Amino acid sequence: MIKRSTGLYENFTRKEGTATRATHYCAGCGHGIITKLIGEAMAELDMQNDSVFVGPVGCATFCYYYFDCGHISAPHGRASAVATGISRVLPDKPIIAYQGDGDLGAIGFNNAFQAANRGDNFALFFVNNALYAMTGGQMAPTTLPGQRTTTTPFGRDIVKTGYPLKVCEVFETLEAPVFIERVSVADTKRIMQAKKAIKKALKIQKEKKGFAFVEILSPCPNNMRDDPVKAAEAFTEIMEKTYPLGNFRDRSEKPAPTPESVPRRTERELTGGGREGITTKNDPSFRERKFKFSGFGGQGILSLGLVVAEAAVSEGRYVSWMPSYGPEQRGGSASCSVIVGGKEIGSPTIDDPDVLVAMNQPSLERFASSVKEGGVILFESSIRSDIGFPAGVKAIPFPASSIANENGVPKAGNTAFLGAMAGMGLLPFKEKDITDALAESLSARPQLIEPNMKVFEAAKKWVSDKEHSI
Amino acid sequence: MEDKPYPIISEDECKGCGRCIAACPKKVLRSSGSVNNRGYIYAKYSGEGCTGCFICYYNCPEPYAVEVYRPDSEAD
Repeated sequence: MIKRSTGLYENFTRKEGTATRATHYCAGCGHGIITKLIGEAMAELDMQNDSVFVGPVGCATFCYYYFDCGHISAPHGRASAVATGISRVLPDKPIIAYQGDGDLGAIGFNNAFQAANRGDNFALFFVNNALYAMTGGQMAPTTLPGQRTTTTPFGRDIVKTGYPLKVCEVFETLEAPVFIERVSVADTKRIMQAKKAIKKALKIQKEKKGFAFVEILSPCPNNMRDDPVKAAEAFTEIMEKTYPLGNFRDRSEKPAPTPESVPRRTERELTGGGREGITTKNDPSFRERKFKFSGFGGQGILSLGLVVAEAAVSEGRYVSWMPSYGPEQRGGSASCSVIVGGKEIGSPTIDDPDVLVAMNQPSLERFASSVKEGGVILFESSIRSDIGFPAGVKAIPFPASSIANENGVPKAGNTAFLGAMAGMGLLPFKEKDITDALAESLSARPQLIEPNMKVFEAAKKWVSDKEHSI
Repeated sequence: MEDKPYPIISEDECKGCGRCIAACPKKVLRSSGSVNNRGYIYAKYSGEGCTGCFICYYNCPEPYAVEVYRPDSEAD
């Protein structure tokens, strides 16, 4: 027999130039050895046809030249996140991610860490050469204390730049990973152990048993400024004090974890509200309406939007409700956007509302100019309103707080606006659907339903008295 | 002629890193001293003493620079 590389393309035709049987890696680069080991293990496990390989950014970006299986290239640091996504979409397929230490250890660390913590079902190969190789040998999170790189010319200063990141040791603190091992490709003995660990991780992935992680110490002779043989020897000497080799965890004999079944609950059980069994209907003749409700946080802006949205839902309309608020629970500005339509709604954001309700001055100033021509601005009459309204827009001062006060519910200004909108015909719903939605919104405080209905009626009466119906 | 193991070194794929030469337990690989078409001084088999252990194959970072022929393997 002839021992030769398997699991890789016969010719690397995706690679530029004529050297299509040679890698793009530098002479003596550990990536080449790792590539051969992964390819061989994939071939031995007969998993190439099914596998999706997720490549990184860095020297190994071009790993798709070599592995003879499916491939996706991820943005910098995101291979673990992309592998997570693919593993969710293709839960039965082997997913393999490959990342370097600059990629995984720095910008991508949280992606890899959270994937490990969730036990996302893919094999992750982490190639550690203690620096950013492709970009010219800069310091990486894995760079050793005192190690000279192009960005630490006097050696890495741990006070300024921290300690080398030991990813295996960090992952070992997590519950979910099935397999964690650190190996090296610096010499024959180490390569043989790396071969075993890589094959084990791939077997775990073939059997879809969960997250398997292999860190591979891999010399970069170019950036070590040494010939490959000496670099490999020195690499073992330098690296393994900080990054000891060995298996940290192997739970591969246990069955893969299965999700616990969670009892399903109805929307009403979950939220104490909402309605079920209403079918949304396509109605191209229905004109889409955009509402912007705005004011201080605590004025019931978001609730007002929800009541309108609920009324729309009960009539089988498509509806979106999107809140926007500052960090304050009370007192900051709040607004919400409600779109009611006869067909599916694209974006829930609103640039040009048909109706603006402004319960305070900052909101009036902020949103008045955005109202569509032919639209309506309904604002609290006690606030300053000398701001100049856009042409073709009807601006109506409305004494919401007075009406709420007169009816003994000072906080029901939002309900007053609801009544005013209903009275003016701005809400394309049956009145019963509006009042039902209002009552529903107060279901946690039923004693407020009756007074709010009074406010609603009083607001409508104000409109009919003033003949503001439009 | 006796059927013996031997390494097959593709002159042009070799980048002359020397990992196979250093790793060979029988010390039967050496630098050729010649430059290949791509500018690397490639490795060469001395012609005698290979045991077919594959160590050169596994140390070589290039997928297609070193292959090893072994007559007695059952794993083919």
